Amino acid sequence: MGAHLLVDFGSTYTKITAVDIDKECIIGTSKAMTTVKTNVLEGLDLALEKLKVSYPDMPEITGVSACSSAAGGLKMAAIGLVEELTVEAAKRACLGAGALVNYVFSHHLSRKEIKQLRNADIDIILLAGGTDGGNKECILHNAKKLRDANLGIPIIVAGNKDAADEIEEMFEDSGQEFYIVDNVMPKLKKLQVKEAKEVIRQIFITKIIEAKGIKKAEEKTGEIIMPTPEAVLLAAELLAKGHEDEEGFGEIMVIDIGGATTDVHTIGEGFPKRSEVILKGLQEPFAKRTVEGDLGMRYSANALLSLVSPYEFKQYYEYDSDIESAARKRHENVDYLPDTAEELAFDKALARICCDYSMSRHVGHVEVVYTPLGNMYYQTGKDLSDINYVIGTGGVLINNEDAKEILKEVNKKSNKKLELRPTDPKILIDRRYILSAMGLLGQKYPKLALKLMKEHLV
Amino acid sequence: MKTVVIGVIGADVHAVGNKIIEHVLTEHGFNVVNIGVLSSQEDFINAAIETNAGAILVSSLYGHGEIDCKYMRENCQEAGLNHVKLYVGGNIVVGKQDFKEVETRFKKMGFDRVYPPGTNIEDAVKHLREDLGE
Ligand code: B12
Repeated sequence: MGAHLLVDFGSTYTKITAVDIDKECIIGTSKAMTTVKTNVLEGLDLALEKLKVSYPDMPEITGVSACSSAAGGLKMAAIGLVEELTVEAAKRACLGAGALVNYVFSHHLSRKEIKQLRNADIDIILLAGGTDGGNKECILHNAKKLRDANLGIPIIVAGNKDAADEIEEMFEDSGQEFYIVDNVMPKLKKLQVKEAKEVIRQIFITKIIEAKGIKKAEEKTGEIIMPTPEAVLLAAELLAKGHEDEEGFGEIMVIDIGGATTDVHTIGEGFPKRSEVILKGLQEPFAKRTVEGDLGMRYSANALLSLVSPYEFKQYYEYDSDIESAARKRHENVDYLPDTAEELAFDKALARICCDYSMSRHVGHVEVVYTPLGNMYYQTGKDLSDINYVIGTGGVLINNEDAKEILKEVNKKSNKKLELRPTDPKILIDRRYILSAMGLLGQKYPKLALKLMKEHLV
Repeated sequence: MKTVVIGVIGADVHAVGNKIIEHVLTEHGFNVVNIGVLSSQEDFINAAIETNAGAILVSSLYGHGEIDCKYMRENCQEAGLNHVKLYVGGNIVVGKQDFKEVETRFKKMGFDRVYPPGTNIEDAVKHLREDLGE
């Protein structure tokens, strides 16, 4: 059957991983500069050449699958009615599809917000609002505003189904690209994001990839292209659930600390573990992804610093150097590589804070209710205290000697007792950077992808 | 179908009555959105907005109802829910108090209907039909 090639078109690099389907092993990986502006195929060809030099007896390539995080990934706006309900459901649909949520609006869209959308650099708008049979006045108002604004951005309508026909009529003759899909919150607190996610991916493939020149690559690859974060989420899901007789790892978490964002993925129900705990809030997706735009090692270093007090930072960093200028340096020069012990320690401090803060935001929380019968608890979000494995991926972690120590920050903390964080999970690192590739491979060869992940995550 | 939001307000965990109310109102053809026990005013209000509910039925059993329900009407107005009917029932105050007085206090707080302990839910059904129309 030969070799299957897995490609990740990034904004700076095209990364490839070749897998021998018969021998069930990874042949090798390589990367080359991406040339989105000219022709992405050049990057792919270059990476392939490099790979062939290192592995001259590589079998013939018989299949190719690709994902892309080019041009900063897929950027979206999520619009709903109530912030904690349909707005949150819309956000989760976007994040689950591998997008970044750059704009979030609730209730009636104002002129100011429309203007913000007009000036924004976004690829898709997701419009929700109202349960099925519930409020439709708001989504009708917002749909009309968006139609009149004629932003030239595809709009996915995923709100109250009672409003669907009217919205369809509204858009039909407008010449705008729109899709009507299942309500992301059909009943109060029920999450239903499958169809919305599928359409997001479809638009990603046909429009965005095309516009960014990767379409040409698709002809060559002839395979599903999805956003890279979605491929990571799919890999994590496969690894957690297992496939047929190849057992999975159970509840797991994947953390990717990058220059601009920190992504956290968890696979698991996260239901309350004790009977005196009552679950509140919107239903959680089984495979959950959160993205923190203010937690990152380079571009977001300044934003990160504004979250922690100097005192707190000192808990992570022992040197006396000027913290602010060190952060600014990273913010302004995103390709910066640390070269001294001091700078390395600074990076490590940033990474630990990214890990700690992203965890606080990702995990569920409990609140205590004191009753004469003893304490009762509310839980909002997922209880992740029984997570088995935490897996580190992304450039920062996989190249860092202290990666495992950095990831220990996910653990329960005495000063954050009410956060339902993992309790001493096993920590693995994606040293060969294969997770997104395995998410792609898993679409066709789930068992093999699972086996390779178990082998190569160390 | 008329939509109503029901739930038990505050740090109150009395769950039995809440389930019965859900059952009876559903039987009578209402679309019941039950947010359950331990619900805050905000939970009630958010649920009513998204589901376009005509009425909110607040239960309070454990005696702190008066504190928990304070400013609920104002908060509804703040959230744009001017039309929504507010009902409250259960054991809404501490101990045995003259119900007429209790009713007056809660009506002053903006509740449209106030029910004494042991109320039959059918009474509320009748009132819902009057207030929301068939
Ligand atoms: C079972 C029970 C508990 C159980 C609850 C278990 C559970 N998870 O449901 C437990 C042991 C946990 C408990 C705890 C407490 N309880 Co208790 N509990 C009871 C008890 C014995 C029965 C409640 C019940 O289920 N009734 C059956 C259901 C069907 O009736 P219901 O709840 O009243 O609801 C009906 C009507 O009231 C009405 N209704 C209710 N809401 C509304 C709303 C509207 C709009 C309408 C129209 C009608 C309506 O319709 C319902 C269905 O028919 C009552 C005493 C009693 N006999 O009522 C005390 C009682 C409610 N509890 C009481 C108290 C004080 C407590 C505690 C504070 C401490 C304690 N002393 O034990 C804690 C509070 C815990 C907390 N944080 O909520 C007091 C409240 C006193 C007050 N209001 O002044 C009561 C009245 C006992 C008493 N006489 O002292 N309790």
